[in-house]
Amino acid sequence: MTMTADDVARIAHLARLELTPEKAALFAPQLDQVLAYMDTLGQVDTSAVEPLYSPVEHAALTRPDEARREYSRDEVLANAPETDGQFFIVPKIV
Amino acid sequence: MAEYEAVIGLEVHAQLTTNTKLFCACPTRFGDGPNENVCPVCAGMPGVLPVMNDRALEYACKMAMAIDATINLTSIFARKNYFYPDLPKGYQISQYEQPLCEHGRVEIETAAGTKTVGVTRIHMEEDAGKNIHSSTENKSFVDLNRCGVPLIEIVSEPDMRSSEEAVAYLKELRSILVYLGVCDGNMEEGSFRCDANVSVRRKGDKNFGTRAEIKNVNSFRNVQRAIDYEIGRHIDCIEDGEAIVQETRLFDANKGVTQSMRGKEEAHDYRYFPDPDLVPVRVEPSWIERWRGELPELPAAKRERFIAKYGLPEYDAGVLTAEREVADYFEAAVGVHPEPKKIANWIMSELMRELNECGESIRGCRLRPEGLAKLVRIIDSGAISGKIGKQIFGDLFRSGEDPEAYIAAKGLAQISDAGALDAVVDEVLAACPGEVARYKAGEKKLTGFFVGQIMQKTKGQANPKLVGELLAAKLG
Repeated sequence: MTMTADDVARIAHLARLELTPEKAALFAPQLDQVLAYMDTLGQVDTSAVEPLYSPVEHAALTRPDEARREYSRDEVLANAPETDGQFFIVPKIV
Repeated sequence: MAEYEAVIGLEVHAQLTTNTKLFCACPTRFGDGPNENVCPVCAGMPGVLPVMNDRALEYACKMAMAIDATINLTSIFARKNYFYPDLPKGYQISQYEQPLCEHGRVEIETAAGTKTVGVTRIHMEEDAGKNIHSSTENKSFVDLNRCGVPLIEIVSEPDMRSSEEAVAYLKELRSILVYLGVCDGNMEEGSFRCDANVSVRRKGDKNFGTRAEIKNVNSFRNVQRAIDYEIGRHIDCIEDGEAIVQETRLFDANKGVTQSMRGKEEAHDYRYFPDPDLVPVRVEPSWIERWRGELPELPAAKRERFIAKYGLPEYDAGVLTAEREVADYFEAAVGVHPEPKKIANWIMSELMRELNECGESIRGCRLRPEGLAKLVRIIDSGAISGKIGKQIFGDLFRSGEDPEAYIAAKGLAQISDAGALDAVVDEVLAACPGEVARYKAGEKKLTGFFVGQIMQKTKGQANPKLVGELLAAKLG
C-alpha cells in the first residue's frame, strides 16, 4: 500500500480539512506507516472468526416511544453561528 | 423500444409513525415551529449518546413480516459520513452491513398477470433536517425538527421492467405500510419518498446497462413520467453511440425531464463504519411472534377475500382495498345492506368523486357507511329512483344527514300510488291528442315522449315501472 499526496488530498477533502500540498506530501508516508501496521494485522487468518462489530457484549437498550420536550428553542439555538431566533443560519448552500 | 428492455430498481424511504425520533425523545410531529423539536442528541452536540426507540424497531420488523422478509436477530448501525448543514453530526446513523431485514418480496398485478418483485433489504436510519435557501440573502436557514426522525429504507431488486410495474410496486408497498399503520404514506409531506435506479439493455442481454439514479420524485404520476423520460434518454444515448454516465439526476416536474446533479459531490464516498455509540440490535424471537400476532389483514389477502366472499370483480376489489379505511367503510355498509356490488359501485363512483373534489379522506366523511347503505336500500325498494339518488348524493355527502329523513323532508319519495299517477297520465294524454293519435297509428316509440312528459309534471318522482304499466293500459 503506497499512499500518494493525491490520496491524502482526497481524504482531506472528504473530511473538509484544508491541507497545503507540502503538508499532503508530508503526511502521505506517515499514513503509509500506519497502514503498514494494518497489513501486519491483515496477515492473521480470520476466516473462521465472526466479525466483532462492538466489544460490548450486551444487547442495545431501547426506550419507550414517549415524547418529551426538554429543551427550549432558545437553548437549542444558543450555540448557533447565526440565528434569527427560529433557524440556524449558515452560508448559502446552493 | 421493441429491442430494448428497461431494468428498474427502487429505493423507498418511509417515515415511521412513531411519537418520537429514532434515538431521542423529541416529538416527530410535522408542522411545528422551526427547531422546536430539537435536543442535544439530534442537534449533534458533543458527548451525547443515542438510545433507540423500541417502537421504531417493532414497526420496521412488522413491515419485514408483511413482505415475507427475514429478520436478522442481530443487526448493527453504521455511520454514513458526509457534510451538509442539515446533518449536524456530520454522519447519518444508518445500517450498512447486517441490516435489520433481508430477502422480502412484494406481489404486483401487471397486464401479464401477477409478478413478484424482490426486496433486497429493509434497514433503519434517521432522517436529516431541512434547509431553506434565501432568494435575497446569501444565507441558508436550517430547521432540525426532522433530523433524527425514524425512517426505513426499502431497497428492491432490479426486478421491474417498465414504469407501470414500478408504480404498481410503489402503490402496493405504500398500501402495506399504511395498512400496518407504520407510515402515513403522505407523499407531499415526504413521509413516503422514492429514488429510482434505471438502466436499459438490449432484450436478451444478461448484463445490466449503466444506471442512473433519479432522486426524490414526489408522486406516483411523476415516478412514471421520470422513469419513462429516463428510459427514452438511455435508448437515445445507445442509438447515438453515446456513453451513459452513472450519475444522480433530478426530475423537473414542470419540464418533464431529468437533469444531472452536476458538481454535487458525485463521487460518493461515505466511509461507512459501525457506530461505536450503538451496540448491536438484538431482536428476541418471542417479540417477533408477538408482533406477528398483531399484524392486520394485508391488502393482498383482503383483495382475495373481497373477490371470494362478496363476488366482486378483481378491479373493484383492488380499488376498495387500496386503502384500509375504504375497505372498512365498504364492509360496514355491506353489513347494513348486503348488496356488495351495488355498494361498491356507489363508493367507487359517487363517494370517491366527492372525496376527490373536496380533497378529504374517507375517515372524516360525514356520510357514514350506514347512511350510504340506507340510500342504496331505499333505491332498491323503489321509493326513489337511482337518478334521484345520484342527485341528492352531494347533499347527503356534505351534511351526513339520514337519507330517509332527507327524502321525507324534501318530499322526494317516488309516486308509486297508481291512483295519484293515474290523474297525471290522463292529463298528459289529454294535452297531447296528436301524439296519442300517432301512437295509436303505430308509432310506438312515442312511449318515451309520454314518459318524459309525465316525469316533467311529477318532477321525476313518478315510479317509471308504474308509469309504463299505466301508459300501456290506457293506450292499449
